[in-house]
Amino acid sequence: MAPRPPARAGSIEQLLAAKEIVVTCGSGGVGKTTTAAALGAMAVTRHGGRVLVLTVDPARRLANALGLEGFGNVERQVPVSAFTEAGVKPRGEMWAAMLDTRQSWDDLVRRHAPDKKTVEQILGNSLYQNFAGRFVQSHDYIAMERLYEIHATGNYDLVVVDTPPTRNAVDFLDAPERMAEFFSSRFLRLLIAPYRSRLMNFASKPFYQVADRVLGTQFLQDIAEFFILFQTMYAGFVSRAQSVSALLRDKRTTFVAVSTLEAAPLHEVEYFIAELERRRLHLGAIVLNKVLPSYLLDSGSTRIATALEDDAKTVADAIAGAGEDRDQLARVLTEVAESWLRFSVVAHREAEQRAELAVAPEVVAAVPFFEDDIADLRGLLQLGEKIWK
Amino acid sequence: MVAAPLDLLDRRLLFVTGKGGVGKTTVAAALAYLGAESGKKTLVCEFDAKGNLADFLGAGRTGFTPREVSPRLWAMSNDSEESLKEYLSLQLRMPLLTKIGPLARIFEYVATAAPGVREVLTVGKVLWEVRDHGWDLVVVDASASGHIVGQLTAPQTINDLVSVGLIRQQTDWMVQLLSDPATTGVVITATPEEMPVNETLELATRLKSETSVDVAGVVVNRVLPELFGRGEGEVFDTLLDPDRTSALSAAVGGDATPLLEAAELAVALRRGRASHLERLRAELDSSIPMLYVPYLFLRTHGMRATRVVAENLAAELGH
Repeated sequence: MAPRPPARAGSIEQLLAAKEIVVTCGSGGVGKTTTAAALGAMAVTRHGGRVLVLTVDPARRLANALGLEGFGNVERQVPVSAFTEAGVKPRGEMWAAMLDTRQSWDDLVRRHAPDKKTVEQILGNSLYQNFAGRFVQSHDYIAMERLYEIHATGNYDLVVVDTPPTRNAVDFLDAPERMAEFFSSRFLRLLIAPYRSRLMNFASKPFYQVADRVLGTQFLQDIAEFFILFQTMYAGFVSRAQSVSALLRDKRTTFVAVSTLEAAPLHEVEYFIAELERRRLHLGAIVLNKVLPSYLLDSGSTRIATALEDDAKTVADAIAGAGEDRDQLARVLTEVAESWLRFSVVAHREAEQRAELAVAPEVVAAVPFFEDDIADLRGLLQLGEKIWK
Repeated sequence: MVAAPLDLLDRRLLFVTGKGGVGKTTVAAALAYLGAESGKKTLVCEFDAKGNLADFLGAGRTGFTPREVSPRLWAMSNDSEESLKEYLSLQLRMPLLTKIGPLARIFEYVATAAPGVREVLTVGKVLWEVRDHGWDLVVVDASASGHIVGQLTAPQTINDLVSVGLIRQQTDWMVQLLSDPATTGVVITATPEEMPVNETLELATRLKSETSVDVAGVVVNRVLPELFGRGEGEVFDTLLDPDRTSALSAAVGGDATPLLEAAELAVALRRGRASHLERLRAELDSSIPMLYVPYLFLRTHGMRATRVVAENLAAELGH
């Protein structure tokens, strides 16, 4: 077979046709989840096949619309009726699942722990409960781990995964490696050594003196116990983390960066893209959400608005009908002019932000400002239409 | 009239939180700026060392050591390794027996599994600043709504889990300081959109049921202006009639259609957000003061935006 040329996609349509895994990423509040769901919905109506959207924390109304409310980790098919109501006929099946971090961790423990007793011990450990629920990076890892698991089942033609809101958009890229490192680290061995043998070694002594005074012996012992239990899963864990990592680098996987045209999220996206490049991961597209319409950039209209603002009274006099309240009309015209000038400033700011975007991926798609939050398939498909070609 | 709630800036420690992307950092910077303006020696501290607080203060990089960025306003970024070092040497008066690097890494391991340890350092740092360093006001650009409860309850978590040790001796006064509404308050930042409103309501409930920290206020950011007053909307609608639009275009000497279209968009955006704002008003505990900051139609971000937000907050606070 001839080697496949490097995947170059000219549109979201081609990108989704060529890939099996799409990971959306970006900072919080930019519309990541909605974008992921819209990509999935478009793929189902246009390409067909079985498509899964794996989201982390969808808005309640969107979750409802996808039939996800209260189902957590279980994959559910989005009812065909939801498509019919939106006026389209799906060519394939759309599935959706929410990520339940705690549940996923428990599954992971069950899979990797050597025996039933250890499973019970780990699940019952008070520190484990904190670790699984709160350890921020554990969300990142578990999202990627679930992605791997789902992909490995071969149940889906396309999986679109929405990444957790992290402090830093690249955290989840490193999560598998960090997880592997975490369990193989010499620091970990150092930490649990004195609890395995009663011989306190030289290297760990200073640490113990400090840790003991700070945390107290009992707490320290609890911590060590947790790590000793977790170590039993070491081999399975590390090899799994490596597989997850490999999947992210796979040709069939692509990343879609999502942002609004505001300074902070764009900055984050630029940083993220640089990190993707450094890791030789595939950036498929940038989706810019909530973009003001480009007609607001028109300088002719701005001139008209300025003139109207300056002389609303004259214009009102010129167009007022018989008996019409001319002062009120003038006020309305002034508001119209001022509103134009206000939004025009923001549109120009956005255009500058966009021009300054230092990276140029194959696809840059802009989504207009929707009047309300997208809460059903119709809305998702409307959004999807804007970025499809 | 209900009894006037405590003025935000009368407290000494404000944690500013909110869903990602709602303008939490701008609000934190603006509150700190207001504090400094009113004569208070103010510290603004970002929890996340990778944050962008400096951009909002028009200042160069911020570090672990507070730096005066404008009169009476000091800024710093938290850093867990530096916090640990300071904690061990100053608070626990513990000589550093080993290089901090490896120690910090081991600490990372412990903190990963042990509840509250990392958080107690983060929160502890600002609490020490409040208690020991003579600030009139400390404003924290805190973690997003998902993590703030864990951080604020960390001292209590440690109290419950650990019975001895030096860290335990520190947590009582921390809990006390956090629980005193005259000292400490949380400011939740929201925008009138579905998810930010959901998170604000959930967080307000959780803060009340799971922590002893008072919610000092909710700042609703990016509120779009109401375009038309009573009766004016109907007048505007008449302008959309093709004949009238043509007359308008003739009178202004150019096509008026884009202007009308933009006004329709502005009205629709405002309307979409109004319902979420209504829901927030209806469902939020009525004793929590709400402050409104308009959407900023500005060319630039940064210090200019911070000042405008500060002016609006000042007006809302009646200063």
